[in-house]
Amino acid sequence: MSRNVSIKYALDWTTVAYFVVLVLMGWISIYGASYDFDQASIIDFDHRAGKQFIWILTAFGIGGILLLVDYKVYSVFAYFIYAFAIMLLIVTIFVAHDIKGSRSWLVIGPISFQPAELAKMATALALSKFMSSYNYKIKGWSDLIPLGLMIFLPFALIILQNETGTALVFIALLLMLYREGMNGIVLLLGFFAILLFIVVIRFSSFPIQTDRGTLGMVLGMGIILVVQFVYSIFIAKTSKESTLLFYIVAGIAAVSILLNFFFKLSYNYVAIFAVMVSCVFWFVIELMNRFKKYWFIILFSIGSVLFCFSADYLFEKVLEPHQRVRIKVLLNMEEDLTGAGYNVNQSKIAIGSGGFLGKGFLNGTQTKLKYVPEQDTDFIFCTVGEEHGFWGSSLVLLIYWLFLMRLITIAERQREAFNRVFAYCVASIFFFHLTINVGMVLGIMPVIGIPLPFFSYGGSSLWGFTILLFILLRLDASRLERMR
Amino acid sequence: MVNDVLQNRRYVLVLLITTVIITYVLRLFYIQVIDPRYKEGADSNAFLKKTQFPPRGLIYDRNHKLLVYNKPAYDIAIILREVHELDTLAFCRALDINKQFFIKRIADIKDRKKNPGYSSYTPQLFMSQLSINDIATIQQSMYKYPGFYIQNRTLREYAYPMAAHVLGSIGEVSRRKIENDDYYKQGDYAGRDGIEYTYEEELRGEKGVEILLRDAKGRIKGKYENGKEDIAPKAGRNLTLTLDADLQLLAEKLLTGKIGSIVAIEPATGEILAMASNPTFNPSLLVGRQRSKNYAELVKDPTKPLMNRATQAQYSPGSSFKTIQALVCQQFGGINQDTRFLCNGTGSSPIKCTHSHGSPVSLLMAIEQSCNPYFWNTFRSTLERDGYGEKNRNFIENYNKWEESIESFGFGHKFTDGDIYEQSRGNIPKEKYFNKYYGATGWRALTIRSLSIGQGEVLVTPLQLANGMAAIANQGYYITPHLNRCDSLRKKIHRTNVDKQYFPIVNEGMWRVCEFGTGRHYKIPGLEMCGKTGTVQNNHGKDHSIFVGFAPRNNAKIAIAVIIENAGFGATWAAPISSLMVEQYMFKKIARPELQERLTGSSTNIDVKER
Repeated sequence: MSRNVSIKYALDWTTVAYFVVLVLMGWISIYGASYDFDQASIIDFDHRAGKQFIWILTAFGIGGILLLVDYKVYSVFAYFIYAFAIMLLIVTIFVAHDIKGSRSWLVIGPISFQPAELAKMATALALSKFMSSYNYKIKGWSDLIPLGLMIFLPFALIILQNETGTALVFIALLLMLYREGMNGIVLLLGFFAILLFIVVIRFSSFPIQTDRGTLGMVLGMGIILVVQFVYSIFIAKTSKESTLLFYIVAGIAAVSILLNFFFKLSYNYVAIFAVMVSCVFWFVIELMNRFKKYWFIILFSIGSVLFCFSADYLFEKVLEPHQRVRIKVLLNMEEDLTGAGYNVNQSKIAIGSGGFLGKGFLNGTQTKLKYVPEQDTDFIFCTVGEEHGFWGSSLVLLIYWLFLMRLITIAERQREAFNRVFAYCVASIFFFHLTINVGMVLGIMPVIGIPLPFFSYGGSSLWGFTILLFILLRLDASRLERMR
Repeated sequence: MVNDVLQNRRYVLVLLITTVIITYVLRLFYIQVIDPRYKEGADSNAFLKKTQFPPRGLIYDRNHKLLVYNKPAYDIAIILREVHELDTLAFCRALDINKQFFIKRIADIKDRKKNPGYSSYTPQLFMSQLSINDIATIQQSMYKYPGFYIQNRTLREYAYPMAAHVLGSIGEVSRRKIENDDYYKQGDYAGRDGIEYTYEEELRGEKGVEILLRDAKGRIKGKYENGKEDIAPKAGRNLTLTLDADLQLLAEKLLTGKIGSIVAIEPATGEILAMASNPTFNPSLLVGRQRSKNYAELVKDPTKPLMNRATQAQYSPGSSFKTIQALVCQQFGGINQDTRFLCNGTGSSPIKCTHSHGSPVSLLMAIEQSCNPYFWNTFRSTLERDGYGEKNRNFIENYNKWEESIESFGFGHKFTDGDIYEQSRGNIPKEKYFNKYYGATGWRALTIRSLSIGQGEVLVTPLQLANGMAAIANQGYYITPHLNRCDSLRKKIHRTNVDKQYFPIVNEGMWRVCEFGTGRHYKIPGLEMCGKTGTVQNNHGKDHSIFVGFAPRNNAKIAIAVIIENAGFGATWAAPISSLMVEQYMFKKIARPELQERLTGSSTNIDVKER
C-alpha cells in the first residue's frame, strides 16, 4: 500500500492536468467537428464524440493501470518489448488489410490497432535501455550507428506499411540524440538539406534566359558558396582567403556572363564549376597550411552538390505522385484547389473564417458541413480555429507549449539516464506530432497525415499517446521511491 | 563534466519548441485576423445562395383583359466543383438530351470567352426554360446527380396570339447588359424588345435569395438561421397597356395575307389603341427552349416578320401628306381657304392630276379630289412667297420654316419621350441635304416639287402618320403616342406650328373625302369620318395603298393610319380596312361581316406566311 501512497505524492499532477485538459478539449472539438444538425447528445455512442468518450475513459483506465505497474518492468523488458513490436510490424505488413493504400492496422476481434503506435513506445524504451547502459556516452559517430539502426528498423518497416507520416515521427528522435550528445552538425545538416531541397525544387522550373540553366540549381550553388564564406570567416577565421575566393567566384561569374554573349553556356554548370573551383581552392589552402580545418567544408560542398543533383531525381522518381503534388502545393508551385490543395485550402478557410473570437461552439459552418476532410482526425485543429477563433487556438498552442516545457523539466530532473532518455523521446515525439499536424493545417507544412496528440479522434492514437505519457509519469514518480 | 555541457542543450530544444509555437501563433493571427480572403471563402463555401426569381409583371389591355401571364418553367444549373461520379448516360437519358450536347454544354460553360463569369464554385446555367414535362423524369432522381440543381423560373404565356411586335420578347441577357447592370447574372432573362424591353425594370421585379447551408458534397442541410436572412422575391409590377385587345385582334386579322401595318391612336390621350404589323408571328414562338430555333427562322424570312413595320418601316406618305401640306401652307400664307388654282387634269405640268374634276379647284375640292397640281402650286407659292432672294436665301429660309412646321406634326424624328423602343426616324429633308446635292443656289421649288404631294425624299412611319392625324383631330397638338396607360405619359403634349384657325377647312376637306371622295364607298352609317387616301409610287412594284383619318369628325376618338404595301389604290385596300377598324372601335362590333370577310380572305402578297 505504501507504493500507492507514494504514487499519489510522487505523481506529477501538473502534467496529468495538462493531459486531462487537452483530452477534454479534443473531445469537445470532435463533438463539434462531427456534429450533425440533427444530432443532440455528446455521448451518443453511434457518433464519433460518443465513441471518443469511450476511448477517453479507457485511456484514463490504461493510465491508471500503468501507474500501478512496477517501474523496473520497463527497463527490464525494454528489448523484449522492442523485439515484440518489430515482430508485430513485420506480421502486420503481411496480415493487414489494405485501408486506403496503407497496411498498418491489425484487427483482433473487435479491436483494431496500429502496431506503429506500439513501435514508438518500444523504440523509445529500447533506446533508453541502450543509452543507459553502464558508462555509455555518445563520443563519436560510431556510437551513433547502433542507435541509428534501432531507429531505422521500425522506420523502414512502417514505410513498407505505407504509413510514411508515422514513420517520419522516428526522425524526431534525433532531437533526443542531440540532447544526449550527438553532434549538432547533424541537425544543422538536416535543416540545410531541407533548405537546399526546397530551393532547388521550388525554382527548378524557372529558366535563366532561355535554355541557360535553372534558377533553382544556381541558387542552390549560391547557398553552398555562402555557407563556405560564413564557415571560413566565422569558424575558420580566415577572412583573407575568403576575400581571395570571393574575387575568384566573381571573376567566374563575370566571364561566364560575357561568354554567354558569344556561346551558349548553361549557368547550371557555371555555378557547379564555381563550387568545384572553391573546393580545389580550399584543398590547396589546406595543403599549404595543414590547418585540418577545411576537410569538413570540402566534403560538405561536394555532398551538397550531389544532393542538389539528386534532389530533382528524388522528387520526380522516389516520391509518390500524391506526395509530389502535396509538396508542390505547399511551395505554391501548383494551385490545385479541387485535388491535393483542397484539404489545406479548406482547412485554411475554416480556420481563417473563425476570426479573432471564433464563431462559437457548434457554430462553425465549415467543419459542420464537412468541408474539411478528416476534420475530426488529422484536421481537428480546424474546428478549434473556426469555433474558438484566434484566442482559442492560441490557447491550445499555449497549453501544448506548457506541456512540452513540463516534459523537458521532468526529463532534466531525472537522475537515471534511462528515465531521461525516455522522457526526451516522449517530448520529441509529441513535439514532432504537434509541429507537423498544426503546420499542415495552417498550410506551412506538407500534408503528412499524423494525428494531433490527445485531440484527434481515434482509440489507437489516443491509447498510444497515453501509454507513452503515463510510462513517463510512472518512471518520473519512481525518482522519489528510490530516495526512500 | 560533459553532462553539464549537454544539459545546456535543453535550452536549444526549448528555443526550438518556442520558436515553432510562436511561428504558429503568428500564422494563426495572419489567417484569422489579418487576411480577409478566408472569410469570403467560407461564405461561398457553406452558403448556397439560391436565387428566387420573381414572377414577371402581368400585362393587361386597356379594358383589363389579360394579355400576358406566366407559366412555371425550370432551369437546370450546375456547380461543376460538386459534380462527382456522374452517370452521364443516365443523366442524359433522364433529360432526353444526347451525350454530344452534354459535352458541348459543359465545354461552353467552362469556356471563359463565352462565359466570362464562370466559376466552378457557383451555379452555372446548364439548360434553361424546361417545361414541367421536360423535368418530370429527372426530378425524381435528382439526388443521383450531385452538383445539379433545379431552379424555378417562369415563362411568358400569351392569352391571344397577337401583338408580338408591341409586346416584344424575353431573352437571355447579353454580356454587355450583365456588365452594365448589377441586377443581372449570366443566364438571366430580360426583355429584348417591345414593351418587355421598355418596361423591363418595372416588369422584372426583384430577385430574392434563399440562403441554404450545404455540406462539402453539396447536400442541403437546411435553411440558414431558419430563413431569417432570406430575401423574398418581389413580383414585377403589372402593366396596363393602351391597346384594345379586340381592335388589335381585328387589325391583325385584316392584315392577313398582306404586308403592311395599322396604327390607331386615341387623339385626346396619345394612347395607341392598336398597332399591328404584318407579317407577324405568334409571340409564344419566342418563348422557352424553341426560341432560338424560331428566332433564326424568323430572321431568315425575306418578308421580315421580326420588323415592326408600324414603327420601323418608312414610306413616302403620298397623297395623305396633302392634309399636313394644306395646314402648313395656310399658316405661312401660301394659300388661304379661298385660294383656287387651275388644273389641267392629266395635262398638268410639272405634275399631272390623277383624278378628273372641275377647274379652277378650291382647297376643299383639292383635298376631296386629291388634286396634285393644286398642292404643287400651294407648295410653290409658300416657298416662293418672298421670292428667291440673294443667293436663294429667302427661298431657303421659307423652306426651313416649312420643314420645321412639318416636323412639328411629329414627322422626321423619333418620339423620344414615349415608350416605344423600335422606331425609325422617317425623313423630312433638311436644307443641308439639298444644298449638298444642288448647291445652295441650285435648287428651287420646282427642283423639289415631288415633296408637295408627299413623294420623293419625304419618308414617314405609319405611327407618325397616325400621330399626324391625331394632331389634325386635336386641331393643333398631339400627345406623344405611347403604349403604357398612365397619367405621366398623357402629359407629353406637343404643339404644332399651325394655328387652330386653319384646321376646320382641312377637317371639312377630309370629311368630304369620306362622304364624296375616294373614301365614299366605305362610309359607316351614323358616323362622320375624316380621311384621306394615298396611292404611293415606289420602286418595289405595285403602289402602296394608304389611308389616314380620324373619327368622329368632331371630338375624334380614334385616329388611324393604314398602309398596305404594293396593293394598289388607297381606296381599294387601306380605306375599307380603316373603315372596319373605326367601326369596331366606335361600335364594338362589325355590321359589315361580308366586307370583313372579303378583306381577311384576300391576299396581296403570296410570300406572307401565317405564323
